[in-house]
Amino acid sequence: MNQAIRHSWIAAIAMFALIFGAISYVQVVGADELKANPWNRRAILQNYCNDRGAILVGGSAIAESVPGNESCKFQRRYNQPDLYAGLTGYFSRSYGVTGLESAMDAQLAGSSDQLFFDRIGQLFLGNQPKGASVELTIDPKIQKLAYDLIPDGQRGSIVVTDPKTGNILAMVSKPSYDPNLIATQDVAKEQAAYNEAIKVPGVNLNPSVSGPTGALLAPGSVFKLVDTAAALKSGKYNADSVLPNPAQMSFPGIQYQLPNYAGGNCYTRNTASFAFALQQSCNTPFASIARDLGENAIAQQASKFGFNSDLGDQLKLDYAPSVFPSDLDDAGLAQSAIGQRDVRATPLQIALMTSAIANSGVQMAPNLIKAVRSPDLRVIDEPKPAALRTSTTPEIAGQITDWMTSVVSEGIGSGAAVPGVEVAGKTGTAELGNGLNNSWFTGFAPANDPQVSVTVVMQGVDISTGAQLTSPNAKKIFEAVLNK
Amino acid sequence: MSHADTMPKPRRNVELLLLVLALSVSIGANALISIDEQTSLDTDFWFQSSLLAVASLVFHVVLRLRAKYADPVILPLVVTLNGLGLAMIHRLDAPGEDTGNNQLRWTVIAMAVAIAVIWFLKDHRVLRRFTYISLAVSALLLILPLVPGISAGEILGARVWIRLGPMTFQPGEVAKITLAIFFAGYLSSNRDLIMLAGRKIGPMQFPRFKDMGPMITAWLVSIGVLIFQRDLGSSVLFFGLFIVMIYVATSRISWVVIGLTLILGGGFVASKVFSHVGLRIDSWLNAFTEEVFGRSPGGSGQIVEGLFGMASGGLVGTGLGQGRPNLVPFANSDMIIASFGEELGLIGLFAIVMMYLLLFTRGFRAALGTRDAFGKLLACGLSFAVALQCFVVIGGVTRLIPLTGLTTPFLAAGGSSLLANWIIVGLLLMISHTARGPVDTSPMQPGRTPEAQKPVPVTAAGSRQDRNTTQTLPDAPTEAVKHL
Repeated sequence: MNQAIRHSWIAAIAMFALIFGAISYVQVVGADELKANPWNRRAILQNYCNDRGAILVGGSAIAESVPGNESCKFQRRYNQPDLYAGLTGYFSRSYGVTGLESAMDAQLAGSSDQLFFDRIGQLFLGNQPKGASVELTIDPKIQKLAYDLIPDGQRGSIVVTDPKTGNILAMVSKPSYDPNLIATQDVAKEQAAYNEAIKVPGVNLNPSVSGPTGALLAPGSVFKLVDTAAALKSGKYNADSVLPNPAQMSFPGIQYQLPNYAGGNCYTRNTASFAFALQQSCNTPFASIARDLGENAIAQQASKFGFNSDLGDQLKLDYAPSVFPSDLDDAGLAQSAIGQRDVRATPLQIALMTSAIANSGVQMAPNLIKAVRSPDLRVIDEPKPAALRTSTTPEIAGQITDWMTSVVSEGIGSGAAVPGVEVAGKTGTAELGNGLNNSWFTGFAPANDPQVSVTVVMQGVDISTGAQLTSPNAKKIFEAVLNK
Repeated sequence: MSHADTMPKPRRNVELLLLVLALSVSIGANALISIDEQTSLDTDFWFQSSLLAVASLVFHVVLRLRAKYADPVILPLVVTLNGLGLAMIHRLDAPGEDTGNNQLRWTVIAMAVAIAVIWFLKDHRVLRRFTYISLAVSALLLILPLVPGISAGEILGARVWIRLGPMTFQPGEVAKITLAIFFAGYLSSNRDLIMLAGRKIGPMQFPRFKDMGPMITAWLVSIGVLIFQRDLGSSVLFFGLFIVMIYVATSRISWVVIGLTLILGGGFVASKVFSHVGLRIDSWLNAFTEEVFGRSPGGSGQIVEGLFGMASGGLVGTGLGQGRPNLVPFANSDMIIASFGEELGLIGLFAIVMMYLLLFTRGFRAALGTRDAFGKLLACGLSFAVALQCFVVIGGVTRLIPLTGLTTPFLAAGGSSLLANWIIVGLLLMISHTARGPVDTSPMQPGRTPEAQKPVPVTAAGSRQDRNTTQTLPDAPTEAVKHL
């Protein structure tokens, strides 16, 4: 009988051996697979309720984790939410993670390899896991100013950069939204807020399709800077070149005629210098340059300014690559040369082009990250300014700068002029075909030692509104940055 | 025990020491949770902790008075498990819920009943007189949940509850004990008959068909429970209990073969015929298919959520109060093992399973040590029942086997289960008292208490014989009891 009791005991032990094996499998061997299962809400919730690092601008947090409620120890809070929504994105249970919250997730959540030793420390000290904080290059005053310069209800973007470093000082767009509403603990409210926000046309909910990095707009006349650089580079043109400036341009075999710009003084001359053509933003001289140089030359110069190209890895935001089309016919090339037709550029792209001209032809990689700090404030990452590509030669850049300076001092960009400072600029008006335009200004100051480049675009405005909202607003930003 | 000290030792001081350890673990766990929930160590906490401590100490004193040779490890093990269960249930209580205090009430009641059993029963052999009464009581207990008026109806697909005033009670839990008493009484009286007759086929001796009566009865009870109460877990438990007891009584492996054939056959037919069994098996095999996961009721959501929880606990766990066991349905009852796995990790869960292993091992040890066949069968059956119940529950939670509705002994929230398991502990303690105490060779007579007899010290030879002669003379010392 005792032998049978021992056997029963062995049977019970065998069952327990199976249990030990099953527990080991679930908790260790197969744990990673279970954690990665898409139905596993814990992965999201765990991250969701952690103490994430803050996103800082000028020393104060624009996104931070604050103590949450019963179900969630921490809750993400966005300060000045609408102002920074295009940068921070949101950290939402229902809609995932976007913007810097997504791009810097490893650092903010504290899971980055750079934070390995911090995690070890937290393990031993029993502290709550805490993520690194990310400080941005944004200047909060300029950011606020730029945001307020776009009237409510107006779709538009402003990008302010330091051309020498590539640092982005301000990047705003309207309409914006409140990420707090999309990152609440209440899933139903979250969904209602998202569905409401997404109805607003052009809202910068997704940085890759809207806002300064994602909105692909016809650049209009600001694209003439590309033609100018291409012309000078070709060697066929120089500062003294005389360009044809007919009132219209005809194309063999089709009815279409490309008109000259009606807003300035183009109609006064049949030929034009580069200076005059840029000052008055005449169309036909640049169309004829493009026809002369051919599609490839323009396309190459465009890609040297960043069209169809990547923008480096310090931007951290999703972006849409700007487009210069290919396989153009004669008229198409002429129209593309003046930034119409199928040419598309994001506000950021135009800002980078201008910055390259300002920085003697060297395009700096756009950078949003000033520093990443571990929870104990140790700097773990501090991006250095990096050249992205050489867009043009210093001589050509200097020449274009001179002409851009005259656009502001003598031409149609005079609204951007700042007393006592040489401002270089170029305006653009891309017709949308319904009587409304995308109105652009892009420029930098001071022309001889560029500190700041400003790019403003207002979408869907008439000519006079566009003129009021672009150059004069750029002026205010130049003044603010240069303390004038 | 070396051969030098031949006097049986009560070892009650060891028990007291271990009990202090057990209480510090349970109360420590509760304190951690109270601190974590920022409720501080309020009067509630002190009241609960001291109640548990006092109840445990009273139990200890009762053992000193009534069963001083009882195994000193059993009570501390059970107090630890029960205390951990209390802490976890308390931790899982949503604000306003009071499952924790309810469980504490039941703990005190269950301990009181176990104390009463020890105090008034005095000797487990008395129970043998109630062999057939136990059968009747078992039948009554199992039928009660099906009787209109008393039945609490179908709860979560099973009809195993009855209504007692404001409370519900699961009589099946207690039936586990009465069935064990019946089997032990019946088999200890009839084992010779069952053992000796039979036909030898190959290496195994099969019983005569007419001796299969009790086996068929047990099988019918199990199938009845499965069909009418829809309780797969209890059905497996009852039948497993019977198989082990008949195997221990007869030492015939053929009984196990027949038993397993019957239960696998019955189970297979049941899974085809009864949807609730089929669903259980389907949600076990196909837990990770979308259709099964989302199905309600009878889907795999519960088990999959439990697996996610255990996976997130990993090796060391999230820490008490730091995880999200609340995401798992029935986190404080059926799935409490997953809650522990999540918060205490593999290490903590192994410790808990190891405590169960020690507990049933001590039970088997009592079965080996006691000298009467009835006591051996009862201790072995009850110990195996605890082990089997753990296996069925933990195996179900870890997806080793299909999940059934059994409770985790001592841990899970539920009064009936606590009560039944504490009674089992009381019985095991009493059996271990006779097993470890001085050999009592005099026949037990009705009305005479064992204390009235003089303890006879065991000689060195005697105690060794107890262990070594089991091969040749299985039950030599039990003769006195057998011819009662």
